[in-house]
Amino acid sequence: MGDFLLVTIQIDMHDRLAIALQDDLTNTISETEARGVLIDISSLEIVDSFIGRMLANIAAMARVLDAETVVVGMQPAVAITLVELGLSLPGVRTALNVDAGVEMLRASVDGTKGAYGTRLR
Amino acid sequence: MSTAPYNQKAFLLTSLVSRDKDAILREWLQEMSGAVRRTDLINDVELRTQCSQFLELTRRALENSGDFSASAWDSVRKMLGDISRSRALQGFQPSETASFVFSLKRPIFTRIRQESKDDGELLAVLTWTTTELLDAMGLFTAEVYQKSREEVIRRQQEELLELSTPVVKLWEGILALPIIGTLDSARTQVVMESLLQAIVHNNSKVAIIDITGVPTVDTVVAQHLLKTVTAARLMGADCIISGVRPQIAQTIVHLGISLADITTKATLSAAFSVALQRLGFSFVRDAQR
Repeated sequence: MGDFLLVTIQIDMHDRLAIALQDDLTNTISETEARGVLIDISSLEIVDSFIGRMLANIAAMARVLDAETVVVGMQPAVAITLVELGLSLPGVRTALNVDAGVEMLRASVDGTKGAYGTRLR
Repeated sequence: MSTAPYNQKAFLLTSLVSRDKDAILREWLQEMSGAVRRTDLINDVELRTQCSQFLELTRRALENSGDFSASAWDSVRKMLGDISRSRALQGFQPSETASFVFSLKRPIFTRIRQESKDDGELLAVLTWTTTELLDAMGLFTAEVYQKSREEVIRRQQEELLELSTPVVKLWEGILALPIIGTLDSARTQVVMESLLQAIVHNNSKVAIIDITGVPTVDTVVAQHLLKTVTAARLMGADCIISGVRPQIAQTIVHLGISLADITTKATLSAAFSVALQRLGFSFVRDAQR
């Protein structure tokens, strides 16, 4: 999707899969020099603290590689569970759906461009 | 209580009730109208039908057993249960409901006295049996009445919970959630769920939580508010807390609660204009007016 990567999580994440996703994603970001990552978790219905931490980790890793991460489409039940677990995912940006997420990324990337005049890519 | 004397007494009691059924019914109704009779809640015909049906059922049960908890009394128990349940819902007082049974005492005791004449032993035994029975009925009535009342209260509580958490759509992408009353954990759960559902449903980017109607904010309430805001943020919606009264602002600071990450506004209108700005709307007043 242009400068952005879209990851859709459609099955229940287990630990090894989550680590594979981290690997895969960081590699792809550095290969494609993506500026943004969208993680669509709208099909995810069960979360635990591990998944929560994984999302935060991915966001932090992506930031090191100069890409913004937006988690999109979180279900109400999932949001309530994460809050009850005490995981507020600080540093992770969120959006209602993929459209809103793309808009958010575009705005922030354009903002960067505006600040420096030109983009160095 | 052994069986043989019971049969004897029961026979007397049963025959007494069936023989003087009409008279007992008349006196019973009179007794009730003398004591606590709610003509505004139940009419004479209905009461009369209830009473005569009840007497008939009691007579039939008496023929079989003198123990109120026995299965022979099932139909009587069922009827008493129905009566006290419906009375609880109609708004009868507990004493008025119980007196339905207790006012039967005098008519029956009068009969017993006439029947036993000079036989003191018989009088005592019959009176005791009747009292025991009627007391058991009265207690049962009160119990059912109490249960029905509790049911009413529980249902109202649930309704109140539902009623008190409306989520209002103010504008395309802007929701308002006016909270009235104290936020406890159960209520927070309902508020949170309905807010998050509404966010998904209306595709809203901004939610305004208005706490004008929250009387006090302590650490627990603040924590619940923060939870709700965090959950909404996880879904990708911004939250603004509005309607913070001066006293509440003071309390929040005194308690050391940090609302630093959340936009707070004094009034709902201020919060609304911030929300409009965030979504890129701007209003222009018509110069003509």
